[in-house]
Amino acid sequence: MALDSKQDDRTHQFKVVGTRPPRPDGIDKVTGRARFGADMTAPGMLTGRILRSPHPHARITSIDSSEAEALPGVHAVVTRADFAHAVADAATADVLDNCMAGDKALYDGHAVAAVAASSPAIARKALKLIKVDYEPLPHVTDVDAAMQPDAPALHEGRANETVPAGLSPNVVARCAFGHGDIEAGLAQADRIVERTYRTEATHQGYIEPHACLASVGPDGQADLWCCTQGHYMVRNTCAEILGMDQGQLRVTASEIGGGFGGKTTVFLEPVALMLSKKAGRPVKMVMSRSEVLRASGPTASSSVDVRIGMTKEGRITAGFAELRYQGGAYPGSPVDMGAMAAFAPYDLENVKTVGWDVVTNRPKAAAYRAPGAPMAAFAVESAIDELAKGFGLDPLEVRLKNAAREGTRASYGPTYPAIGLEATLRTARDHPHWSAPLGPNQGRGVACGFWFNFGGDTCVTLNITPDGTVTVTEGNPDIGGSRASMSMMAAEELGIPYDKVRTVIADTGTLGQNEVTDGSRVTFAVGLATIEAARAAKREMCRRAAQIWGIEEEAVVWEDGAARPAGPNAGTHPPMSLAEIAAIASNTGGPIAGHHEVNAEGAGVSFATHMVDTEVDPETGAVKILRYTVFQDAGKAVHPDYVEGQFQGGAAQGIGWALNEEYIYGADGVLQNPGFLDYRIPVASDLPMIEPVILEIPNPGHPYGVRGVGETSIVPPLAAIANAVSEAAGVRLTHLPLSPPKVLDALKSK
Amino acid sequence: MSSIHVTTTLNGDPAEFLCEAEETLLDVLRDRLGHTGAKEGCGTGDCGACSVVVDGRLVCACLMLGAEAAGRSIETVEGMAEGDKLHPLQRKFLDHAALQCGICTPGLLVAAKSLLEREPDPDEEQVRYWLAGNLCRCTGYDKIIRAVLDAAAEMREAS
Amino acid sequence: MVQVKIFGSLAAAADDQTEVEIEARTLRELLDGLAARYPAMQPQLERGVSVAIDGRVYNDSWFTPIEPDSEVVLLSRLKGG
Repeated sequence: MALDSKQDDRTHQFKVVGTRPPRPDGIDKVTGRARFGADMTAPGMLTGRILRSPHPHARITSIDSSEAEALPGVHAVVTRADFAHAVADAATADVLDNCMAGDKALYDGHAVAAVAASSPAIARKALKLIKVDYEPLPHVTDVDAAMQPDAPALHEGRANETVPAGLSPNVVARCAFGHGDIEAGLAQADRIVERTYRTEATHQGYIEPHACLASVGPDGQADLWCCTQGHYMVRNTCAEILGMDQGQLRVTASEIGGGFGGKTTVFLEPVALMLSKKAGRPVKMVMSRSEVLRASGPTASSSVDVRIGMTKEGRITAGFAELRYQGGAYPGSPVDMGAMAAFAPYDLENVKTVGWDVVTNRPKAAAYRAPGAPMAAFAVESAIDELAKGFGLDPLEVRLKNAAREGTRASYGPTYPAIGLEATLRTARDHPHWSAPLGPNQGRGVACGFWFNFGGDTCVTLNITPDGTVTVTEGNPDIGGSRASMSMMAAEELGIPYDKVRTVIADTGTLGQNEVTDGSRVTFAVGLATIEAARAAKREMCRRAAQIWGIEEEAVVWEDGAARPAGPNAGTHPPMSLAEIAAIASNTGGPIAGHHEVNAEGAGVSFATHMVDTEVDPETGAVKILRYTVFQDAGKAVHPDYVEGQFQGGAAQGIGWALNEEYIYGADGVLQNPGFLDYRIPVASDLPMIEPVILEIPNPGHPYGVRGVGETSIVPPLAAIANAVSEAAGVRLTHLPLSPPKVLDALKSK
Repeated sequence: MSSIHVTTTLNGDPAEFLCEAEETLLDVLRDRLGHTGAKEGCGTGDCGACSVVVDGRLVCACLMLGAEAAGRSIETVEGMAEGDKLHPLQRKFLDHAALQCGICTPGLLVAAKSLLEREPDPDEEQVRYWLAGNLCRCTGYDKIIRAVLDAAAEMREAS
Repeated sequence: MVQVKIFGSLAAAADDQTEVEIEARTLRELLDGLAARYPAMQPQLERGVSVAIDGRVYNDSWFTPIEPDSEVVLLSRLKGG
């Protein structure tokens, strides 16, 4: 078939992409029919519960579960001793140790044992009958304290070869990026800002707690239902931990009640499988909110030193940042991502970042939306703002003067292709928000943000049904409307109406490997595979039409939902629609499908500029968000409603991070606020409308120009809000969250 | 343990169940009556994902005991649509893309319906304060507020 | 020969050079060549790296072609949320 040339011309008019149709899972979600992680049951199901360490750091000297096992209604007790299969991969071994502690409990809430019982009440009672002997050890929860040479050590020998000798064993990795000569650059500056910035750990705050239902048969075949961002990851990780064949474990993803990166690993699933295996019955486990906060995967807290020099004209002469992130009790904080993203929006001759990955007695960090980047952007964008305002320069113009553009060598190394940062800055400058008047105690802040975006392993199968409708089968949990986007891209490519396509998420037995729903990859990578699967189906349909017409395949094109003869010798056959070809598929060779399997490399980076107005109450230190506008490059917005939703949601999470949310550990190393009352995420009355402005600078790596949009939107808010509050308060604020006591202290110290 | 026998009304239908004294209304709805529309996000009344209406009053089902349902009338998200006709709020939530993951949606719909029954013409601030007990982590609330205001306008025109 | 830019902490494993030349026509040849020439890089290469080729980022695809004048930059392995 001669490919329809219009499809590769990104300037062509889309018919479906860019419209706002209803999502296929919508009715289920407004009627209560949608089944989330905790909504599944199985015959004979038991309740699983986890016993958690009350100590932040303790050696486990013995566990006696005999009384619990003897309690009527208890069917299994599991400890680390049950996970006897040797796990070769170091990162997976850490996941196992995090799911069920080995020799030591490493944080308040660390799992030490689990039970499966015939009712929740019996399970709770059984937990109280398990006797654990702990030998409490000194603990450390602060990143800077953990780096001190005499700090309590969590592990020995976990530092990799990048860490110089002589540091605390809690320092497990170092990274560095950049080019040029920092000292020479600083020497050209008219002014240098040098400050330390701190952020506290925050949680993704998804409203749905982790939940799963596991069923292991005596033949070794197992089924698992769970809420996750990636059921293929769950399958592979659990199979490795339990020593099972991946093919014997079928994982089905439920509807997912939020993830934001926090559901890209496992917490309960290996334990539920082990309980089910021992009990010979299905086992359901659901975390409480307190367990979610104490023992799932919040993001890192950070401490960042910045030195930036600027000329009085506003040109940045050098940028340096040293970032220290604690990622909980195991290696793997996102400090390398922060160190790469810190200066990514700027065109700098002299730039260097150094990152330190540090372990502390806190839960193992999981990814959180653009992991590592928001804290780095907070530090860098605060310093740039202070410099600009110190010279009396417009902070947007200063950013424009230094903005990275096509051909700029990024601070992390490569040269940028076409990117959208300047477009977001210019649009922000010309927006009425920028020139709107401010009242007393009010301030306006801006900040830029960057994220890489990813692709990865992806499979899509597209089946044509006998009546000419289409099913797209993909393997990535739909966390915010992606099924609608896949249906739209398939409809666009096939030239049929949106409502003739239904997209479903398959279990792990149906498709090959699929990377987790993360890295803002789904609309890009699954979209790409969907388009390619549709093209494969079109090629086959053209082949069938050519056979029927008795002409060469090359003489058939697909246009507007039908195969058509084209070219000088093709003849004058009437077009055959998709439905007409589908109806006689049995007579022309059998069912028609297209499929595409790919490691989708080549995702396009994205940039955003945020603008926010705040008002500070001088009596209480409370901050009110008055107005918020997001300017972001989406490449191509497939379903603009859900692109806007990503912009608004990222901004709202950033507002929470900037103003209220923080993990508070007492001197005893115990989390003091493991509930939504004290870990306060933004509520409806805290926020104004959030205006989303979508820009479209096409990604050359995608047939429709799509870039990921989900993560970039959480990068600028921390700095934008801190810049606005600093202006309103008349004093520079450098430690998030900007909770009323901190702002009040700053006002008093003016 | 001796179970308690409870007779109640659920979305207009007579219903009865056995429960333990310690079970919450949310446990009973989800585990005994098969109504999993109400969600448990916190179990402490902080997130509103389990919002239901009991004798006309908006409550968190996780903060009420199942045994207390005796003789009362319970309304949940499963009772909002009439047959295949969605409630205007349900329709407007879809039209405005007021949900991303959808876990908070049942609670928000029940709470918003309760607001509009008391105040058919709320302004934005009233909607924001009434819904302040219903956490949503995906949307930033913008599209939810617009959906509720739009549904209120349509319902006023229809009445 | 391909010019490869190396990020800071990996440069330590390449005798502090931030740019090295490797004979490679594909991503796989590049990674194998680096490991052979600079054994100290092996642990990081095993943990994983991302490679930007002419501004596009690749993680795994061995047979991604590299032209002699391609811009090639080694990066920390990218991950997302």
